Amino acid sequence: MEQLNSARRRQFLKHWAYGFGSMALGDLLVKDGYAASPSPLAPKAPHFKGKAKSVIFLFMEGGPSQMDLFDPKPALMKYHGKPVPTEFTKDLKLAFTKPNAAALGSPRVFRPCGQSGMMMSDYIPHMHDLADDICLVRSMHTEAINHHPGQLFLFTGSVQFGRPTMGAWSVYGLGSESQNLPGFVVLSSGVGTSGGASNFMSGFLPSTYQGTQFRSGGEPILYLSNPEGISSATQRAGLDAIKELNESHLADVGDPEIAARIQSYELAYRMQTSAPELLDFSKESKETLDLYGIGKEPTNQYATNALLARRMVERGVRFVLMMDASWDTHTNLNSALKKKTDATDQPVAALLKDLKQRGLLDETLVVWGGEFGRTPISEIRNTSDPENAGRDHHPSGYSMWLAGGGIKGGQVIGETDELGFTITKDKVEVHDLQATILHCLGFDHLKLTYRHMGREFRLTDVHGNVVKAMLA
Amino acid sequence: MRRLLLSLSIVAGAMAQSPVDFSKDVEPIFKRSCLGCHGPAVQTNGLRFDDGVAALKGGYSGPVIVPGRAAESEIIRRVLSDKSAIVMPPTGPRLSNDEVARLQAWINAGAVWPKSTRAAAKRRGASHWAFQPIQRPAGSVDSFVLARLKAETLPPSSRATKSQLIRRLKLDLIGLPPTAEEVAAFVADPRPDAYERLVDTYLASPHYGEKWARQWLDLARYADSDGYEKDQVRPHAWRYRQWVINALNADMPFDQFTIEQIAGDLLPNATTDQKVATGFHRNVLVNREAGVDRAEARFEQIINRTNTVTTTWLGLTAGCAQCHDHKFDPISQKEYYQLFALFNGADDVDLDAPLNGEMGPYLRALPAYRQQRQALLDEYKIPALLFSWEDKMRETWANPGKDPEFDFWVTSMSAMFDHAKRIVHTPFAKRSQREQDRLFTYFVNNPGPQFKNNKELGEKFKELRTKLQKLDSEFPALTQAYTIAAHPDSPVTKIAVRGDYKNLGIAVEPGTLSILPPMQEPGRLGFARWLVAKDNPLTARVIVNRYWQEFFGRGLVKTSEDIGTQGEKPSHPELLDHLAASFMDGSWSVKKLHREIVTSATYQQSSKFRPDVAEKDSDNMLLARQSRLRLSAEQIRDAALYAGDILDLEVGGKSIKPPLPKGVAELGYGNSVKWAESAGKDRYRRGLYIHYQRTTPYPLLVNFDAPDSNVSCSRRRPSNTPLQALNLLNDPVFLEAAQALAARTAYSPARLQNMFEIVIGRTPSESEKQSLARYLDKQLTILKAEGRSPAEAWTGVARVLLNTDEFINRN
Repeated sequence: MEQLNSARRRQFLKHWAYGFGSMALGDLLVKDGYAASPSPLAPKAPHFKGKAKSVIFLFMEGGPSQMDLFDPKPALMKYHGKPVPTEFTKDLKLAFTKPNAAALGSPRVFRPCGQSGMMMSDYIPHMHDLADDICLVRSMHTEAINHHPGQLFLFTGSVQFGRPTMGAWSVYGLGSESQNLPGFVVLSSGVGTSGGASNFMSGFLPSTYQGTQFRSGGEPILYLSNPEGISSATQRAGLDAIKELNESHLADVGDPEIAARIQSYELAYRMQTSAPELLDFSKESKETLDLYGIGKEPTNQYATNALLARRMVERGVRFVLMMDASWDTHTNLNSALKKKTDATDQPVAALLKDLKQRGLLDETLVVWGGEFGRTPISEIRNTSDPENAGRDHHPSGYSMWLAGGGIKGGQVIGETDELGFTITKDKVEVHDLQATILHCLGFDHLKLTYRHMGREFRLTDVHGNVVKAMLA
Repeated sequence: MRRLLLSLSIVAGAMAQSPVDFSKDVEPIFKRSCLGCHGPAVQTNGLRFDDGVAALKGGYSGPVIVPGRAAESEIIRRVLSDKSAIVMPPTGPRLSNDEVARLQAWINAGAVWPKSTRAAAKRRGASHWAFQPIQRPAGSVDSFVLARLKAETLPPSSRATKSQLIRRLKLDLIGLPPTAEEVAAFVADPRPDAYERLVDTYLASPHYGEKWARQWLDLARYADSDGYEKDQVRPHAWRYRQWVINALNADMPFDQFTIEQIAGDLLPNATTDQKVATGFHRNVLVNREAGVDRAEARFEQIINRTNTVTTTWLGLTAGCAQCHDHKFDPISQKEYYQLFALFNGADDVDLDAPLNGEMGPYLRALPAYRQQRQALLDEYKIPALLFSWEDKMRETWANPGKDPEFDFWVTSMSAMFDHAKRIVHTPFAKRSQREQDRLFTYFVNNPGPQFKNNKELGEKFKELRTKLQKLDSEFPALTQAYTIAAHPDSPVTKIAVRGDYKNLGIAVEPGTLSILPPMQEPGRLGFARWLVAKDNPLTARVIVNRYWQEFFGRGLVKTSEDIGTQGEKPSHPELLDHLAASFMDGSWSVKKLHREIVTSATYQQSSKFRPDVAEKDSDNMLLARQSRLRLSAEQIRDAALYAGDILDLEVGGKSIKPPLPKGVAELGYGNSVKWAESAGKDRYRRGLYIHYQRTTPYPLLVNFDAPDSNVSCSRRRPSNTPLQALNLLNDPVFLEAAQALAARTAYSPARLQNMFEIVIGRTPSESEKQSLARYLDKQLTILKAEGRSPAEAWTGVARVLLNTDEFINRN
């Protein structure tokens, strides 16, 4: 050991002292978003000028029933209660139901809406006025038939774990316009979803890009409020002292990472002061609150989130994911679905109208839909109760809609067969939807990549085509 | 069809003529139209047409040439197809009618391939450095590092200060910061080997195993719940964690550490602990959504196991080969499924894994317990009810689609109850006691639609459940473990064509990669031994590289998860080999390896930032200084509680649930996640023991970059976010630590300095003392104005210190 010590003395040179001085900090920062940059969330230019600056994703978790909302199938009534011809079901693979199950006709009343005459059901009356603003896709197709894999696929482009979600990709590519709020925000209503945190994780992207949950009740962001007994004066004094100590340490050891930490404390403080303002609806007019359905049931919870979403995109938040649970209507279809649409139809329509009247819809992309759709045949979990019938998961020919930034409204893309089992025209894969969303934000989905495990990864995996027909 | 008829008539004509000349009539077709994708360089779907033996054997989907039967040969179907997804060749001109006819005639004549024209197989990446044998270059950590620095004319840094060294060393070896007393004693210790003594103390500490278990558990994607929607709790997962901690503390040789985890169950006279080690594989996610296809779910699990093992030990991204031959590394799809077969041959088994002291009380209580349980079941006539219920279940399995209500019932039972179908179909007498017990329990808790209209019976079931729960809660049950064992059905593994589990190709045997030296024994145990064979060029390099990463923030190969052709090149290839070779030669002792690294002068350098290094070597790859490293999420909490002297230091045991803010567990599916806060000192145990619920992880872990535990994680990547600031500022656990720190220093004469030393591990500078003193004054004024106790100002000082950058990093 003595030998090593003398070798060390000989070989390792004397102290190398450097002051931090006037070195150009920015030049020294690591580029890849891992920590060292003072703000990996600083706004970045996309590949080309996208029409949308922000996205509000209205995720209806569980799989909304397309043939009871957006894709009428009157022919289904012909077979109601009876098995359907096997030619419709020969390639059918379902989660619970067997292909020989009886057809379930929809008792919903549809009517043509808007100039395009888009058909919508009586469960979503508020949306009827917006037919000319939305691009309805009736030919969605996914690879998964179970919830968690389906949600992973929708948000990450893969049924396997570990990939970044759509919101994370968006913020990774564009940064955030907001100096006081996170770039990717998650709002939830109802119970927890199957995907949970995996619907907004950053995967192999730096965790800077993961979604931040905002709660509509209590503390909006985790640990946003000072702990009990700590006043704001105390908090500010403490922050000043922390800054002083950090600056002194920065001068001593010179690691630019410390400068980034100083900044992150300042941003945290700004979040503490600006989030309450965001949540304060007192300056919203009564008309606005009534439009959304705030303060009355059953709309209040979803309406609050919808109005928050508008206020967030106004303040520069890049991606708002609104997760609404329990669209998984295996049983009691009619009453269960009505419960969901009663709670969300008015707020969703209000959000579109409100964005529009404020001139924000042109630069905000709004997407509505679930991880898959539902079957035309019935699922029965209680044979003694006819009202109990519901619909199973269906990966093919389900409906979603898009509106706003970059999207051409008043049109329907795709068709399904007369009973709604298969797609007969213009199939849109989930990867195509993802490519189109990225396109609206100004990205070539093939080029928005991140190197991991020896190769470039992207949201659309090795697939995806922009659906040009959707674009304005 | 017309084309087919046409070609058939041509065939007939051709056959009447003289026999086909392979080299003149057939080989040129292969050469021009096929070899690009099915030749010496690339064998798409495992198929090659440059060699007779291989061509006739076919590809992953099976044979494509059936000698004597052109009409049954896939190759003919492909060249004739009108469908763009099927036709061959997929691009370029189609085969002419004449060419198709020649091919058909040749096949019908017996498909004779005269001589092997096969070129020597060219494997992609075969010359890549990591596949070459490990060298044994002479030298030491310092000599290799200095040689490189000299070549780049970059001088090394001086030795760190003693207070920095002890904090660095203790955090790196056992994960905790030094106490103020330890720092003072070390700084004052004049002995030349004071540092080395410290190293030996920490290597012998029982907390060493806790610190290093964390890294291994990241790789093993350890969690306390199933993952996916249902995310059921795994109450016994910790038993595997315990095994890892014990093995590391005992310095179990890494080869044995490997063999037991991969195949401990197959060792001769395997001990319970050796079986527990296979819990590594049970950390895989389980999707219990009722509608899941069990075959698909199992397939996904084995894919995950295969990928985890190849990342952890071989440092290869084998996952690409699930769907196709690896584009860059020498891993064919067939080889991938050979690895897959090793794990496909295993089945999940839960077993009793008693810890010391459990067996006596268990055995004493067992006879009475069994008797009481049976009496209860009999009292409620459960055996007879179960009997008829089982009949109904078997009937439903045999007739899907007949009764949708029962279809649903068996589907959800299959998802929630492992091996449900197999056990229900095993005759009563042949079931194990454990199987029968599980079945009773499941039935009592889920009697199903059969009895749904019988209100009276429903009440009886409820009553019985309460009684059984009470009985169970009083019984000193043994600790359980999740393990694997040889599968009773020895399932055959077939290649999943394009990675699709429904599209099965040829069968493969368990095996490994042909680019590497062969396995000496077959099967999973043989594979385990092969991983740590002396001539395996990957494992030792991968492992020492990952350890290096923990001490320097960056591996000698930066991409520690991938040392294949797409990974980064090693910064010091000779040093890597030196460490790998001495690791193996030193009987795979991890502690010896750690000792070598931390006693090097390279490790002990100052981490002070240097503009010349930043300019020449921004990644600090050449190691002209140490790196400042962020403490892990777990360490940050540990260090704060330790500063407050409220950290509970008990080693091992079950997972704990510290207080969780409202709204976190609620994110779990359908409000199913229950978080029962731990009481007493359990709340203050080390972060390693925090219950990891996959869908709703503990927020501190998420904020400070702990992995999501769904896939194997080879390196954590620190981020720097405002949420971290909010977490440290406002999470009640840090306030509690600050209060405790203020309380424990209340009678200290130099309180400010003392608090600083406890938290930061060094003496404060004059200006730092002044900053804190100014803050203290300001804080006292604020508290006075608010009418609060002046004593709280010291909690404020503690909060400030616990929020400094220096506290959550090590220099």
